[in-house]
Amino acid sequence: MTIASRSNIPLNRPGRRRDAAHRRDLSWLASLVHRLSGLALAIFLPMHFMVLALALNGPQALDGFLQWTHQPVVKLAEAGLVALLVVHLLGGLRLLAIEFLPWRGSQKAATIASLALSVLAGVWFLVQAL
Amino acid sequence: MTDLRLYLLQRASAALMLPLIVIHLIVIYYATSKGLTAADVLSRTRGSLAWGAFYTLFVVLAAVHAAIGVRVILREWTSLAASARDGIAITFALALLLLGLRAVAAVVLP
Repeated sequence: MTIASRSNIPLNRPGRRRDAAHRRDLSWLASLVHRLSGLALAIFLPMHFMVLALALNGPQALDGFLQWTHQPVVKLAEAGLVALLVVHLLGGLRLLAIEFLPWRGSQKAATIASLALSVLAGVWFLVQAL
Repeated sequence: MTDLRLYLLQRASAALMLPLIVIHLIVIYYATSKGLTAADVLSRTRGSLAWGAFYTLFVVLAAVHAAIGVRVILREWTSLAASARDGIAITFALALLLLGLRAVAAVVLP
């Protein structure tokens, strides 16, 4: 008897339960967070570069924008960006470790620590920037 | 360029960017704790060969890394044709490179 014939869901027909099972795994969540944080940073980067280029029109032009960023709501968004950068950095370290180093058994603990550290980095930024 | 080469290039650019991001984060925390002003930023960067080289390398690596990442996402999450995916990725890389180097010039050139 094959594994396929014992299972309620045939191997050649993707079933809802089989599709969703891996999404409950912490490593899947880590991969999704890594991808979404990378996408968000890729969208942010052109804007970041355009703001810095304001200095081409003199320091006053850049200062005008920096004054606007001193609002609490913008600081909150900046804290989010810092957290995104940290979470993408740690997610990248995770990927490089999985792909290029010998396997270690502490994957899940490291993933949880990475996510916690990223939130902490954002909160720390907010506390000292406000 | 083959998918394998792009994969290796993305991992290599990631590894090279790791120390640059850590330095960037330290600068972000240091600069914002003092209250961010253009004078502070530009006094550090203007005329500095070291910061110019640092940010130029950072921009080049980020442009390569982000564009390859976008290409992977387009392949896995959209039904775009391969030529369209590659076109978008190359355009994005060139836009990031252009905007990034312009930003570096803005803060580094005296």
